[in-house]
Amino acid sequence: MGLKRLRGSLRQVIVFSLFVVLLMAGYSAYKGFGQSIDDAQTDWPVVGSILPRTDDLTMPSVFEIIAGVFAEPRGLNEAFGSIVLREAAITLREAAVGFSVGVIVGLTIAIVLSSSQLLERALVPHVIASQTIPLIAIAPIVVIWGRKNMDFLPWEWHDWMSVSLIATYLTFFPVAINGLRGLHSPSSEALELMDSYAARRGQTLWRLRLPASLPYLFSAFKIAATASVVGAIVGEISAGVTGGLGRRILLEAQRYTTGPERLYVAVLGAAALGIFVFLCISLLEYSLVRRKGTEAIL
Amino acid sequence: MTADPTPAVEIRPASAVEISGVTKVFNPGGTNEVLALDNIDLNVDAGDFVTLIGPSGCGKSTLLRLVAALVDSTSGTVLVNGKTADQARLDRDYSMVFQKAGLFDWRDVSRNIELPLELMGWKAADRRRRSAEMLELVKLVDFAHHHPLELSGGMAQRVAIARAMSFKPALLLMDEPFGALDEMTREHMQNELLRIWSETETTVIFVTHSISEAVFLSTKVVVMSPRPGRIAAVIDNDLGTRDDTARDTPQFFANVSAVRRVLRAGESQ
Ligand SMILES: Nc1ncnc2c1ncn2[C@@H]1O[C@H](COP(=O)(O)OP(=O)(O)OP(=O)(O)O)[C@@H](O)[C@H]1O
Ligand SMILES: [Mg+2]
Repeated sequence: MGLKRLRGSLRQVIVFSLFVVLLMAGYSAYKGFGQSIDDAQTDWPVVGSILPRTDDLTMPSVFEIIAGVFAEPRGLNEAFGSIVLREAAITLREAAVGFSVGVIVGLTIAIVLSSSQLLERALVPHVIASQTIPLIAIAPIVVIWGRKNMDFLPWEWHDWMSVSLIATYLTFFPVAINGLRGLHSPSSEALELMDSYAARRGQTLWRLRLPASLPYLFSAFKIAATASVVGAIVGEISAGVTGGLGRRILLEAQRYTTGPERLYVAVLGAAALGIFVFLCISLLEYSLVRRKGTEAIL
Repeated sequence: MTADPTPAVEIRPASAVEISGVTKVFNPGGTNEVLALDNIDLNVDAGDFVTLIGPSGCGKSTLLRLVAALVDSTSGTVLVNGKTADQARLDRDYSMVFQKAGLFDWRDVSRNIELPLELMGWKAADRRRRSAEMLELVKLVDFAHHHPLELSGGMAQRVAIARAMSFKPALLLMDEPFGALDEMTREHMQNELLRIWSETETTVIFVTHSISEAVFLSTKVVVMSPRPGRIAAVIDNDLGTRDDTARDTPQFFANVSAVRRVLRAGESQ
């Protein structure tokens, strides 16, 4: 069985790599095609007007992008890839803290709401409405508020914590909604069984509702983990903090003309970070929810 | 030295369950009002094996759930071991087995059996010991660490019985526990249940749709009739021997016919 699993994940790695290669090939093919339209100055009736033309500035070649990872930006003796990695570590910390707080908040909301139908009916619309407020609107508020009003905390408040809070805003939601579904998922027979054993509410929660929620929660965690990266990046950009992938993306966008490949590398770094946190959650799920019939998505 | 005069037997109230004048109305006052049970009287003695049989919708499950205090009666009283049904539930005087085994699939077999013991706050070592004992009782020792999804229907139901028996409740309430099993497995499970019943001296109330199952298992067959749910007859059922051989005795066939006659009479009313 272990061998079968290993072979399964090996196959997934191969498929994933093939897909990356395919993506690069597609990118290169379009680049070549779009540029040839531009170079030839032909007026291909359909293609020329529907598909955008391209050039080396808007689409640096795959090789330039890869070279951009290793190139040292002027005035620095550090490869750009390693700079992006350091920025990613900052963003990862913000996202991880935001995610953790979001999971705690989301679970608490789910447990409280699941305990009473009245509360659930009354408050779920508010939970949903919370997500319609655009992140860009709340980000600066959170940062300013954090700088001014967080002195009651026993530790010093840093701007990156505000960014985490912004990430939390995106992560608590899927956890709360899926958690609520999971907590309601046990059959009435399972609940009656617990009643027949005179189980207390807390016992039913801990021994039935929560374990039954795990599959629901883990699909929420996967969404929330990637959302926490998005939240951290958007938070960095709109909050005006220093450091992090979001800041780097903003910076490289501003000086795009002098090195377009650097923006591509930074954006790809953000994508890689998203995949990384997703894989971390999948691994956790694989080790925790290893029941027969439930295959971990890895 | 003289022998200790006190007998080494537990003294239980003579009646395990006393149901008197119980009526159950679902959704009273609503357009979907149902008179599920109408003025039921029933006594179950300690050590009895009582089956409830009757057509679908005659209130068998409702009666069982009243004893379990999972629903409240509209009027009348239900006493379990001389207490109110709800007090008996809180005191863990009984255990239930449903048609679906209802095992928790994130727990292995042994931890499923330990569930009620955990809820009662037993120490881990005691739980282990008891679950091992129960696995022996239901003959699943080799499956202690299997997961529910790896079990056949019959095995899963045996685990459910082991879970129900784990804290040795005085009363076992079973709602069509073998209803989803094939005929062969079913007869095997019936034999096993009779063995466990005679080994543990538990009182059993057992709901079934099968006449032969009722006659083979019980000391008393309670025949119910529908709309509204009433007890049509209580038939004492003594087959002499209490094992597989009883299935082929003239007494068995005679009692099957008797139960069938009462059921038919209830239908044609
Ligand atoms: N929770 C409930 N709400 C409303 N009506 C109910 C409820 N439970 C049972 N009933 C009604 O009470 C009557 C008896 O139901 P019950 O489930 O006790 O029958 P049963 O004898 O167990 O039937 P079956 O053999 O099909 O299991 C039925 O008419 C049913 O519709
Ligand atoms: Mg029923």
